[in-house]
Amino acid sequence: MSDQADNTHLETGQSGKSLFAQLELDMRLMGMVGAFIAIALAFNFFTDGRFITPRNTFNLTVQTVSVAIMATGMVFVIVTRHIDLSVGAVLAIASAMGAMMQARWLPQAIGLEYGNPMIAPLAIVTCLAVGTAIGAFNGWLIGYQGIPAFIVTLGGLLIWRYVGWYVTDGQTIAPLDSKFLVLGGAEGTLGVGLSWAVGALAAAGAIYALYVARKAKKNHGFPTKPLWAEFAVGGTIVAVILGYVATLNAYDIPRGKLRRLFEARGEVLPDGYTEAYGLPISVIVLIVVAIAMTMVAKKTRLGKYIFATGGNPDAAELSGINTKLLTVKIFALMGFLCGLSAVIASARLASHANDIGTLDELRVIAAAVIGGTALSGGIGTIHGAILGALIMQSLQSGMAMVGVDAPLQNIVVGSVLVFAVWIDIQYRKKLGIKV
Amino acid sequence: MSSNPNTGTPLVELKDISIAFGGVKAVDHVSIDLYPGEVVGLLGHNGAGKSTLIKCLSGAYQKDAGEIVINGEHAEIRNTRDARRYNVETIYQTLALADNLDAASNLFLGRELVTPLGFVDEPAMEAETRKIMGRLNPNFQKFKVPVSALSGGQRQSVAIARAVYFNAKILIMDEPTAALGPHETQMVAELIEELKAQGLGIFLIEHDIHNVMRLCDRAMVMKNGQKVGTVNVNEVTDEDILGMIIMGKKPPQAY
Repeated sequence: MSDQADNTHLETGQSGKSLFAQLELDMRLMGMVGAFIAIALAFNFFTDGRFITPRNTFNLTVQTVSVAIMATGMVFVIVTRHIDLSVGAVLAIASAMGAMMQARWLPQAIGLEYGNPMIAPLAIVTCLAVGTAIGAFNGWLIGYQGIPAFIVTLGGLLIWRYVGWYVTDGQTIAPLDSKFLVLGGAEGTLGVGLSWAVGALAAAGAIYALYVARKAKKNHGFPTKPLWAEFAVGGTIVAVILGYVATLNAYDIPRGKLRRLFEARGEVLPDGYTEAYGLPISVIVLIVVAIAMTMVAKKTRLGKYIFATGGNPDAAELSGINTKLLTVKIFALMGFLCGLSAVIASARLASHANDIGTLDELRVIAAAVIGGTALSGGIGTIHGAILGALIMQSLQSGMAMVGVDAPLQNIVVGSVLVFAVWIDIQYRKKLGIKV
Repeated sequence: MSSNPNTGTPLVELKDISIAFGGVKAVDHVSIDLYPGEVVGLLGHNGAGKSTLIKCLSGAYQKDAGEIVINGEHAEIRNTRDARRYNVETIYQTLALADNLDAASNLFLGRELVTPLGFVDEPAMEAETRKIMGRLNPNFQKFKVPVSALSGGQRQSVAIARAVYFNAKILIMDEPTAALGPHETQMVAELIEELKAQGLGIFLIEHDIHNVMRLCDRAMVMKNGQKVGTVNVNEVTDEDILGMIIMGKKPPQAY
């Protein structure tokens, strides 16, 4: 029987594996990392070394955050065979409500003075609540009323941005609260010392996670990879984390900005004084979201149900999973992440304009798909989607730096999207993976 | 005229069950019971209503009329979760496996083991899966791959393991051998014998008349949503049963 053949195959497995295979790496992920490195090196070459610099690394990651956060939610949406075309529009209405809250309603209607410490938290809660509520409503229409997600969110794409237009009378809303702006990127960074501390904490956390996973396998007597492979993987992770922190710690705040910072405190900028940005708070928000979403995907029942429903909706239903409620939860989560992205995007731009997040739905879907999320459902990873967002943003910023015409930029990004999915299909075919 | 050889309290009684879709009466006032340690075959053409009848018990459909009694007590089964609470487990013809997940995730789907912190306990689930598969299909080794990579028999054993693991008292098997080779069919037959010996009651939907004669104690035949009759398999020939299925002809031994 075929079982017999599998047995022998498995038993010879461990010792016969190549050194590389013993690392048990996700080849698909490695391919994406390789593509990302190749893109970065190519742009670095064509921009005479301006692409891989602390300054551009900083800008690139700060620009990626908003799309990357939404892309993590889009993974769950696409894994369950749905789609969300309304994320850009939901971001816009959440941003509009948050901006109106801090610039108009709280100061004028409630009477909170500008600079009141309550303004930023209330504005953030408003963004998150608006996003979550709209997402949950979409999920209810899809799950309980049976309207296809494509239609519900296509409608939402047209509806919500223009509801936002009426909320703001079509005006650009500024200035936003100074504490709120801290979440945007350049206005809120940790500085050198704290950045190292966070980096060290993250590295320690990664090592601990590897250790716990290995111990759990050992406890149940499952095969583990050789110790040197664990160290190689752990070492690489630590090097990437600390390398990233070191890069951002090497990006000095421009002198003009420093002078203004000192003047705001009533001091004079000393000669020769420098200070580096370090980690932006928005990037830390993204990392927290990434860890939380990965935990949800891999370690919770909700995540199991999401992937099971994507793999076989009937089986999920027959297993007693409430797939209707699950749809509401997934879209509410997507909406929550749109609200979070609204905070970060409007803080980065230091204002709300009606065109905020335009075409973000396509960037977010493209990021998830480039990151290996299959539109046929059941397959996708959070880290893949974030890497996908980073690749998209790298292409866009890199081409802008090289001086590629805007129309050609779009042509390239579109082609890359189709090409990435084609590669993915070929890869899966070769491995004999269905779906 | 023969009669039901079983005595005592039935495990399940489906009493006068009816269910209609639009104007079509898929199941029309059908009654059947099931005793511990027996296999009752449900036979009939495609569309005769046997799968529909059984889905009222497994919770996938809601009956329009009639009553379900389990262990002598009235049972309310509104969904598959309710059915599982009554220890009713179902092995669907389609197997109802999530192809993208591994064996352990499928086995525990909807009933995951969790750590004290509420996270899914994957290692524990895999260990339990290895235990039960070691009993059901000792050759099974593919614990780490999605079930889409398994053979028909291996997938079947995952689906069976899922039903057996959770202490099923009442097992519904919808054409469990339809997609299997002779060796794997034999494996399922042996398993049915073993489960019978453990005192489970099994409803077996089956098209192959030889499997019916071999595996079932009693057989109930349906045609066009109605019950033709029930027979004790050892009192009739396969010709008699085929006559019931094809012509709706009730032999004298039927009741």
